[in-house]
Amino acid sequence: MTSSRNTVLAALLSAAFLLTFSSSASALPAFARKYGLRCSACHEAWPMLNYFGQKFKDNGYQLMNDRDSPIWQNPSYWPATFRITPQWHRESTDKVSVDTALTGLQQITSHGFDLSGLDFHTGGTLEKNVSFYVLPSSDSSGNFHFETVMARLDNLFGSSWLNLKLGKFELDNLISEKRILTLTNISGVYQTYHFRPPNDSNFYGQIGDNQLGLEYMGHSADDRTRISASLLSSNDGQVGLPSSNGYTGFFSASQAFDTGRLGVQRVGFYAMAGEAPTYFLTTSGGPLATPFGNAGGRGNRSFSREGFVGLFYLGKLDFLAVTQHGSDSAYFAATPSIPANTPLPAGTQSPTWNGYMVETHYVYNPQLIFIQRSEFERVSQQGLPGVASDTGNLNMFTFGYRWYPIMNPRAGFAFHNEYSWLRQRKTAPDGSDLTSSSLFLGFDFDF
Amino acid sequence: MRRKSFDCRRLAAAAAVGGMSLLGRAQVTEYQQHQWLNTPAASSHIGNLTGRPKAAAMVYRRYCVVCHGELGDGNGESAQWVDPKPRDFTLAIFKCRSTPTGTLPTDEDIYDTIARGLDRSNMPPWNTFTRQERADLVAWIKHFSPRWQTEKPGQRIEIPPEPEITPERIKAGQDVYARVQCWKCHGAEGRANGPSASTLQDDLGRPILPYNFAEGGRFKCGTTDRDLYRIFMTGMDGTPMPSFADNIKPEEAWNLVFYLRTLQPFPSKQKEIAKPLGLKPINPNATGP
Ligand code: HEC
Ligand code: HEC
Repeated sequence: MTSSRNTVLAALLSAAFLLTFSSSASALPAFARKYGLRCSACHEAWPMLNYFGQKFKDNGYQLMNDRDSPIWQNPSYWPATFRITPQWHRESTDKVSVDTALTGLQQITSHGFDLSGLDFHTGGTLEKNVSFYVLPSSDSSGNFHFETVMARLDNLFGSSWLNLKLGKFELDNLISEKRILTLTNISGVYQTYHFRPPNDSNFYGQIGDNQLGLEYMGHSADDRTRISASLLSSNDGQVGLPSSNGYTGFFSASQAFDTGRLGVQRVGFYAMAGEAPTYFLTTSGGPLATPFGNAGGRGNRSFSREGFVGLFYLGKLDFLAVTQHGSDSAYFAATPSIPANTPLPAGTQSPTWNGYMVETHYVYNPQLIFIQRSEFERVSQQGLPGVASDTGNLNMFTFGYRWYPIMNPRAGFAFHNEYSWLRQRKTAPDGSDLTSSSLFLGFDFDF
Repeated sequence: MRRKSFDCRRLAAAAAVGGMSLLGRAQVTEYQQHQWLNTPAASSHIGNLTGRPKAAAMVYRRYCVVCHGELGDGNGESAQWVDPKPRDFTLAIFKCRSTPTGTLPTDEDIYDTIARGLDRSNMPPWNTFTRQERADLVAWIKHFSPRWQTEKPGQRIEIPPEPEITPERIKAGQDVYARVQCWKCHGAEGRANGPSASTLQDDLGRPILPYNFAEGGRFKCGTTDRDLYRIFMTGMDGTPMPSFADNIKPEEAWNLVFYLRTLQPFPSKQKEIAKPLGLKPINPNATGP
């Protein structure tokens, strides 16, 4: 991808890369085959769900008729789907510290043919009203991890208001990052779901990452009203009890409204509140060492996220909107975090910020969709003294299209073309603005 | 069009009921359907909603075409994997109607069916649409068949208000079940194992099972007592399930509804009231023509 010398760029890109290709989207021809539906029934454009698909998911991957039970399947039916995306892409960052050349900073651009990671989705029902999802997912070199592993008891006591899920799963995000329609290294995640101000060390509060926990979810039969609450381990989905005994709560609720030919509009709210460790008793190598590197987390401190979400449909046009407020304890203001058993350095405050995001789709027909997204992250309070107020502020724009020449109940194939641009204030090595861009052409397919 | 009412002699050869009424495919061209798109007969009226067919074209393509086909003839790409087969809208024969057998259903009938889906089939409940989108879909479905151009929907059958449930009525309901021979298909205890059950075919000549009351699945055509009343008084066109409008008086029909509820596996008022009666299943040999 990059020459090993360009460590900064490599770090930047690989971070983005990991995020991009661990954001394993779910678009399951396995489900389409089971029910005889096309992808377009559940996906506005796969992998993004439409309302019918959201209802299907909320019902535990069930359409709510007698065909949901696996006994209806031919014995050779295996609920499995692969997804991978061969591609050509071009990545560019304008100021990278280099150590060979004459002076400090240079623009670095790399391009070439490449692969995404592989997602190996399996999911469905074990029995009427008992559903599961197992998703081993690899990075582009084939290193696997468990992206999703969960079982869910659906419609307990015959009520759609009572569903319980246990395992590692995506938070109940109406606008799902795992089903994102944008694929470049920059746009493959929602910045708004991951942003933290510069120096902030709290990576536990990432709405976009799959988390380990227990989720309660309830919804009306037609899914117009939805609520959910989950209790999560504060470890950002890392297995092996890596960090501390801290927990995080996530709550979300939404309501849809019927607006005639325009379709169904939906507005919602979510909140996350949790605590996470600020220091560890052992770092890598100690007797309690975990795959994660350190263990025995101590000194839990709190963090929170609150957001409003809207899904607005105007015929062929639709808009997804999110605004999110984030706040971390002052102990997370620095990297590594300030141990909670030591006094806070003078002037340290809790970092706070606001994020805004609008994604627009023009669905020309179920097989052709144009996409654009703008994201803005604004730090409202820097954690450390002496940091300029706009440091870390971020603007991101992306636009592209997906064309699905093949759309049937057996497979999905999309030609994907997209360009993204990102600028973050005062984060270049020399303290000036850092800009990067990403261009992507690929075949995105699953079967 | 074809009428399928209950008739004892025909029932004696129940297997033939389906076979005899095998219908040829209606000869409908895309060009004709295109013409019908613009006719008032292809709009729909549900309460204060007016459905326009063209408004549903994209929705149909996204959600329905895979089974019901571009021309509405039930030949979508999934049709080969699906049993029972997706409805052929060019014939305009519908299972779920509030109108007499052989007639066209009302717009509301189709509108309700879309949201309810048809259990024991691959037709899912489509209750995520807005009311307007569903009304438009009804109109779109109507543009596929010439019948909507020349015929009016049937008159809704009248359903008298539901009387009080009494032990006598449940007992009387059982007598109706025996007399009109529901059991020949549905079985003495409603277990879908009557003497004719294994021989039944639908209008496409495909084997079809009677509903199994003891399993207690959702009815295709609605779950309420009124729906149940309607189901056997209008029949399910395209299947051997006949209309009993000519054989069962409205008063008796309610009695039958009450009795049928006692065959289902869930708790109900009817079951509670029937318990002390100690009803024995009907004796097939004691009844019959
Ligand atoms: C996965 C296949 C499938 C899809 C997709 C599907 N249907 Fe169906 N549909 C069926 C089947 C199968 C039947 C027949 C069921 C039966 O006979 O019990 C049916 C029957 C019907 C009927 C006839 C009801 C009656 O009273 O006889 C209507 C109306 C209908 N579908 C409308 C729709 C609409 C509108 C859509 C799209 C929103 C749709 N269907 C999508 C499979 C499908
Ligand atoms: C000739 C055979 C036959 C007779 C007689 C018959 N049925 Fe049926 N019935 C069927 C078949 C076949 C079906 C299933 C149709 C389908 O699944 O599309 C059915 C379905 C039903 C259903 C389920 C409807 C739904 O919406 O799912 C009910 C209720 C029912 N019958 C009641 C009765 C009653 C009551 C009688 C007597 C008054 C009766 N049937 C007589 C063949 C018969």
